[in-house]
Amino acid sequence: MKDKTIVCRCEDVTLHQVDEAMARGHRDLESLKRYTGFGTGFCQGKQCVALCARLLVERGGDPPTRPITPRPPVRPLALADLALLVEDEG
Amino acid sequence: MSEELTRPFEALPESCDVLVVGAGIMGLATAHHLARLGAGRIVVVDQSYLCSGASGRNGGGVRAQWASEINIGLMKRSLALCADFATEMGINVWFRKDGYLFLARNEKRRAELEGSVALQRSHGLPTRMIGPAEVAAIVPELDVGRVVAASYNPDDAVVFPWPFVWGYARSCQRQGVEIFPFVEAELETENGRVAGALLRSRRTANAGAEHRIRAGLTILATGAWSPEVARPLGLELPNHPHRHEICSTEPLKPFLGPLVADLESGLYFSQSMRGEIVGGISNNRVPDGLDQRSSLRFLGLYARELTRTMPILGSVRVLRQWAGCYDLTPDGSPIVGRVDGLGDLVLLCGFMGHGFMMAPIMGLLTARHLMKGEEQELFDRWSLSRFERGELLAESMILG
Ligand SMILES: Cc1cc2nc3c(=O)[nH]c(=O)nc-3n(C[C@H](O)[C@H](O)[C@H](O)COP(=O)(O)OP(=O)(O)OC[C@H]3O[C@@H](n4cnc5c(N)ncnc54)[C@H](O)[C@@H]3O)c2cc1C
Repeated sequence: MKDKTIVCRCEDVTLHQVDEAMARGHRDLESLKRYTGFGTGFCQGKQCVALCARLLVERGGDPPTRPITPRPPVRPLALADLALLVEDEG
Repeated sequence: MSEELTRPFEALPESCDVLVVGAGIMGLATAHHLARLGAGRIVVVDQSYLCSGASGRNGGGVRAQWASEINIGLMKRSLALCADFATEMGINVWFRKDGYLFLARNEKRRAELEGSVALQRSHGLPTRMIGPAEVAAIVPELDVGRVVAASYNPDDAVVFPWPFVWGYARSCQRQGVEIFPFVEAELETENGRVAGALLRSRRTANAGAEHRIRAGLTILATGAWSPEVARPLGLELPNHPHRHEICSTEPLKPFLGPLVADLESGLYFSQSMRGEIVGGISNNRVPDGLDQRSSLRFLGLYARELTRTMPILGSVRVLRQWAGCYDLTPDGSPIVGRVDGLGDLVLLCGFMGHGFMMAPIMGLLTARHLMKGEEQELFDRWSLSRFERGELLAESMILG
């Protein structure tokens, strides 16, 4: 079995997959995210983005000027609660 | 040849046979088929990363339930291509064929759906009208109290969009198509015809670097950006961007078969192969223009309608929301083909909120049209000049 060092726990992305993505020409943080899926799981990148950004830079990728686009909500919210947001609209 | 999917700015050639602007699913599917037909040197550029446009932001719904003959016929073929994509391209696209259920909340909508179902059946689709009891049998969690009927095609499906983009990109690269992300194109004319583009790097390392490329043929596959890209040519396109938001919940054990859609509110939702409930809703109060920001109001509109439709989802939590742009046209149909007077410019835009499912078939037909002169009738009907001729088209089963 190849490298099984986990870089994103939620989506089970390995260091090997990061290397492979970079070998295929994904040299910036957004592309790397799309290709490996890191940061799209339950924690929404809170545990892995910084690590993946560092791995990218160490491997000669484009230094990110900011983190991946944050996707709200910051914390998971229940649909029943969200439904109350537009309660007053017909 | 290297395994690199994409090429660096420095590798841009001086000229090419075909320049595809936009590496969304439309541009890549078309480049893939052009390469197969031997179109010569093909260069694809995108101003951002692959999957940055609508092709990386959509709901992955693919259906043949449409209200117009032309869309039914095309989508029937596109669905078949989607079903074979994983095998042909060697990539998992999480294709799940569990149907689409269009709910009717009133008699008027029921009658409309009945008309569409009859048309779909005449094209050999297994779509049928069902009553509330059968709706409840297919999706027991739905509140069918407000449902008068539904149309159901068990062959419609959902996919995960990203691997379609990778699959086409990989196949392009293997066939020698050169793909350049982070390269913005500004189209240039010479003696009244589009002759290529001025390309600008948008990578941090060499931002602003310029390179001129000459192209025999230029394809504008820039989705919602198309009016903006065409404007400097003096070409005013009638389509316009419209933000559409979408969100996904925490993953749940698989329970929901079909994608459920309601043409009244524009609500649609399905369960992805990862278990998340993914969906969106119409929202006519969005900022004008190209805007990909998320709003709290969307979450409210969506959550309210979703929990009314399927109350049991109330305790389920939303994990992430994002947005993309629909590419809306005045008559709900795309704008494709060569542009009168601009010679070697080909439009491939205006795919509304359903261009993802159209891309497998439209990529194929566009390549055949350009290389072999096939499909003239389709390209006439969907041409830009239809707006001048006043030959607008109709399609009523549009979501969002
Ligand atoms: C939230 C949402 C949900 C959707 N759900 C569905 C669905 O369930 N089913 C379905 O079939 N469709 C759906 N759609 C619609 C579908 O995503 C689009 O119709 C389709 O992806 C369009 O593909 P495209 O390649 O034409 O455009 P895009 O994927 O937007 O690609 C256009 C590309 O052009 C690039 N570009 C723009 N200007 C320039 C320039 N000057 N130079 C270089 N590059 C440039 C952009 O960066 C972009 O990558 C949805 C859309 C959204 C936003």
